[in-house]
Amino acid sequence: MKQASEAGVLRKVIGASSLGTMIEWYDFYIFGMLAKTISTEFFPEGNSTAALLSTLAIFAAGFIVRPFGALFFGRLGDLLGRKSTFLLTLVLMGGSTFLIGLVPGYHSIGIAAPLIVLLLRLLQGLALGGEYGGAATYVAEHAPPGKRGFYTSWIQTTATLGLFLALGVIMLVKMNLSDERFNAEWGGWRYPFWFSIVLVVVSVYIRLKMEESPLFARLKTEGKVAKNPLKESFRNKANFKMVLLALFGAAMGQGVIWYTGQFYAQSFLETKVALNFEQSRSILLWAILLATPFFIVFGWLSDKVGRKWIMLAGMLLGVLTYRPIFNCLLEDARMEKWQVENTIPDASKRQSTLLKNGSDSLIQTTEHITFSNGAACIKEQTDTLQVASGTLVKGKTVIKDKLLPRPVYWKFVGLVFLLIFYVTMVYGPIAAFLVELFPVHIRYTSMSLPYHIGNGVFGGLVPFIGVLLQTTFTEDPLVGLWYPIGIAALSLIIGTVYLSNKIDKDVTD
Amino acid sequence: MNTIRKILGIVWLLLGPAVVCFLFAGAAHNIDPEGKKDINNPVIWIIIITIFLPIAVGLMIFGWYALKGEYTRKS
Repeated sequence: MKQASEAGVLRKVIGASSLGTMIEWYDFYIFGMLAKTISTEFFPEGNSTAALLSTLAIFAAGFIVRPFGALFFGRLGDLLGRKSTFLLTLVLMGGSTFLIGLVPGYHSIGIAAPLIVLLLRLLQGLALGGEYGGAATYVAEHAPPGKRGFYTSWIQTTATLGLFLALGVIMLVKMNLSDERFNAEWGGWRYPFWFSIVLVVVSVYIRLKMEESPLFARLKTEGKVAKNPLKESFRNKANFKMVLLALFGAAMGQGVIWYTGQFYAQSFLETKVALNFEQSRSILLWAILLATPFFIVFGWLSDKVGRKWIMLAGMLLGVLTYRPIFNCLLEDARMEKWQVENTIPDASKRQSTLLKNGSDSLIQTTEHITFSNGAACIKEQTDTLQVASGTLVKGKTVIKDKLLPRPVYWKFVGLVFLLIFYVTMVYGPIAAFLVELFPVHIRYTSMSLPYHIGNGVFGGLVPFIGVLLQTTFTEDPLVGLWYPIGIAALSLIIGTVYLSNKIDKDVTD
Repeated sequence: MNTIRKILGIVWLLLGPAVVCFLFAGAAHNIDPEGKKDINNPVIWIIIITIFLPIAVGLMIFGWYALKGEYTRKS
């Protein structure tokens, strides 16, 4: 009877923590996914101040603020308790997201609009920095010794499920509204922000009913709560050594594998492969759906064989196969490879623009092509008609909005599934690994910082360094992958040489 | 293995300054007030260098600890 009630408590602990963390990720992602619409509403072109605020809003939450949130809320969590701290981060995150949905556009309130959005975005980043460490610590401190990896892996699914939920909600709204109604000042793009408040109210209600972590409650009763968690975490050499090891030997590699699998792949399908928006999103949704159970599988497995080698195997697979996988995505989307019998140009539009010299014309032809195997694309041809010589100079051809034939579509789902499968290997066991590395009285602070530097900074830099490499080495379309491959390889070496595979049975110390 | 742990410490010690040099060189080469890409924006470079400097110092400290045998294990 007692065992059944303990299992019930554990289920509630995991449910409440995971739901809250998933909502935080949902809140964080919708801004990024709606960035294009948001930028025209709050950060209009041609205004340098708005452009600066836009840059800060997009970069700040991921880079600057998350590690500070980890320090600030980590400290709070080690001083006041896990439960109240991650309740606060949830309210802060949900409240900020809901309020972003209420801010009038630039056309209504001018520069105040991007300023308010930036402020709310900073709060979002801070809250996210504080949430994960609290949820992971809270669950780990409730879990029985042999099942810590299994129980904390539920928290690990939430980043991916948050992405899934955000993608689903945005697609649902978009499918039911015209582009005009979706992009209007008070249009459909705001609904996903407003929806956040419903999720937050439910989650706060559930979390309020939870008890404090038993280990922290005991520390409090015994008067052993850390007086200055920041000082004890980073000025105590033995602990600081572990913070550095956690960052460079695990979190750094995990961050780039996570970002490449879930985000770089998505933008790669849209920009480099030039897939149709709905199709690229649906490929990601399928892959996420199929891969998510593996977070739990690898969390469970890490309780049996240790955390280290599972995480490092995920990094190794990324290092060895990223280039072949992405190359396959690029090559298989080339129309010449689809082996179709005939093409049916179903609609075409021709448009002429007079060039600056006043005599030559730029002729743009847009062709909608459907293939006999069900695939489709839009072909844009831009030529110049030189009036003086009467010749047509061929310009560039752009193929966009590709719809893949069915077999290729499912192959893409399989390849993206593989990328997310690697994410589950590095990400599934990491919460238990970090929790076991640090003592209970400074755990929240110590584990949050390497985690958020690994994910926010190293992971968040994947697209930027990708562009940096692309501008330097223009010939290779996959050159951007060398950054995640390099960082994962570095983390793999450090992890292999310095990390221990031993599972700490006692996290009460 | 303990010897490898110590020797690799030198690599991590040198990697820190190398990363910082790479970032400064990247900033000097790519910042362009006329450019429209993210990569031409000085604000982003300021953010990245500010965030990465302490991380590079952290990598050097990690290397120093490794070199001094702080990560060696008793067999």
